[in-house]
Amino acid sequence: MDKISFNLSLLSYLMASLGYFVYLAYRKPLVATLAGWTVAFGLLCQTVTIGIRSSQTGHGPYTTSFEVALFLAWLMVVVYFLTEWKYKIKDLGAFVIPLVFVVLLFSAFLSKESALVPESEVRFWLTMHRTLSIMGYAAFSIAFAAGIMYLIQEHQVKTKKLGMMYFRMPSLEVLDDLNFKVITIGFPLFTLGFMTGSIWNTQMNLPFFSWDLTRTLPLVITWLIYCLVFFGRMTVGMRGKKAAQGAILGFITVIGTYFLHIL
Amino acid sequence: MISTEPNLVLVGVNHKTTPVEIREKLAFNQVKLEASLEQLVRCPEIAENIILSTCNRVEIYARVNNADQGIQLLKDFICDYHGILRGSLDEYFYSYTDNQAVEHLFRVSASLDSMILGEAQILGQVKDAYSTARALSSTGLVLNQLFEKAFNVAKKVREETGISERGVSISSAAVELAKKIFEDLENHSVMLVGTGEMAELAAKHLITYGVKTVYVASRTYERAISLAQTLNGCALDFEAFKEELYRADIVITSTAAPNFIIHKDMVEQAIHKRKNKPIFLIDIAVPRDIAPEVNDLENVYLYDIDDLQNVVNANMEERQKEAENAMEIIQEEVTKFNNWFSTLDAIPTIIEMRNRAEEMRITEVEKTLKTLTHLSDSDQRAIHQLTQSLVNKILHKPTINLKKKTQSLDGHVYLKAIRHLFHLDD
Repeated sequence: MDKISFNLSLLSYLMASLGYFVYLAYRKPLVATLAGWTVAFGLLCQTVTIGIRSSQTGHGPYTTSFEVALFLAWLMVVVYFLTEWKYKIKDLGAFVIPLVFVVLLFSAFLSKESALVPESEVRFWLTMHRTLSIMGYAAFSIAFAAGIMYLIQEHQVKTKKLGMMYFRMPSLEVLDDLNFKVITIGFPLFTLGFMTGSIWNTQMNLPFFSWDLTRTLPLVITWLIYCLVFFGRMTVGMRGKKAAQGAILGFITVIGTYFLHIL
Repeated sequence: MISTEPNLVLVGVNHKTTPVEIREKLAFNQVKLEASLEQLVRCPEIAENIILSTCNRVEIYARVNNADQGIQLLKDFICDYHGILRGSLDEYFYSYTDNQAVEHLFRVSASLDSMILGEAQILGQVKDAYSTARALSSTGLVLNQLFEKAFNVAKKVREETGISERGVSISSAAVELAKKIFEDLENHSVMLVGTGEMAELAAKHLITYGVKTVYVASRTYERAISLAQTLNGCALDFEAFKEELYRADIVITSTAAPNFIIHKDMVEQAIHKRKNKPIFLIDIAVPRDIAPEVNDLENVYLYDIDDLQNVVNANMEERQKEAENAMEIIQEEVTKFNNWFSTLDAIPTIIEMRNRAEEMRITEVEKTLKTLTHLSDSDQRAIHQLTQSLVNKILHKPTINLKKKTQSLDGHVYLKAIRHLFHLDD
């Protein structure tokens, strides 16, 4: 059952991605609406997958690499819907949903084995750490998509070559604002995730902070990048192109960190 | 009463076929328009009519009993009404019937037939023409349906193609760029450096899109003051504008200065002071007022007059391309409309319905008569007569009601239902 719903959600996101591409190229409002409903269906299926799996394992989807990817894809869609609802940028779908599809497709190749989670307080901190971090990552993925859109739009306005995308995509201000808003939400979540992770470490009788080259260092780098993007805007007005580039670089490090964790 | 052959005709002249000297003579102003609609509707040949009269076209859409006669009658009417000899105008008139008339109206409403492709004004004019005619009851089932459909098609074309979204004048292209940089212009400010006519025009355009704060700087302070007054802005001393540059989100320059008056370091300081909030610089002066290197700065966008002209040219070309997509939509809709139009004719449906019933009657009666071999000829005739009158009685009310209903707005629904219930389309 959870396998069927997993495959259905994967298929839905693929179809919706194609739909959003068609919308971007040919602007058929009906196609965008259909793509939106397809994503909603995919999200429903994925919720079923997560529900079934959680009832089987007895804990949330955050212990193994597979579960993390599954949960991340799910949250990305949730954040996407919230953004779409607030900003009404239908073209964002062409940038976010393919990413969701790739994350979910990748997870399909990972081991579906579940990890054991100890009971008690340790479990609480682990749950907090993983959930908060993944929520942060989901917000960052939207900033990543907004960043790419910003760079495309900025390039067109700057070079005075106003192609089809110039008309299709929102203004620089909206994209920059979106980038800022999602990082403003994502950065504190990620920071809290980082801190609760350290607490979890101590609960496991590990040091509060360890300089693990593959695990901790990339996380610190990721945190520093978003810290720079976040406070850079507050203080010296680091906005526009630099903020977009920061959001893109940050998400690339997030992905890199994830792979280092798997290895 | 709907005629058995509803003919849609269109007679008109437009900016493509007819020079303005002729068009202006044929135009109907509002008073003339109402009188003409009433005069035409009294004409027994014409069942419905709508007159569309704008500065680029004069067209009469009508449903007539006979297409050829109708066309001649409308041409005569236009000429007679304006007191012009028909012979001198014949070469300018175009006329279309049914399909082509529908397509023409859809193209006109969607602004594919306009002088400036995709301009928004024409749709409003078509709507006005329709509501005037409707108020005078010179329209009926067919033209109502046709025009309502035309408005939907125009909306669809607007939404699904980019035909209207690209500015085709310098100032509209500039406003579009401003909206792609700042989105909402309401909380943004514009600074005019120099008081050129084009700059003033662009500023007015920006103001209509919501810009509230306006600064004006000119070498002649009095001119700055007077322009600031018209634009409801504030005048700046010419030397002061350099320090105040950071206040403006949009800067429009149009001075007669022989050299650049805004340099890279000046804008760099301004952008620093603005904490990197973007600046959009529009240089419409020739020779140019702003050094082109300014565009290299991050969050600064500089367009000179040639850049804007290039944008306008590219936009014109794009509109042409979008017009092809729009034509696809229109063709589809013409087909849909014609499907509806053809079901309008109630008579063929009634005949088919009766034929179908008669067929069934004969089959069933003959089947029965084969088993009743003892009946005499006169008995058999009696059975035929009985069944015939039964069928007639059953179909009588539906026939009458169908004829009546096809004259109402939802007549096609009844026709469709009858065709479906009696399997007439199988």
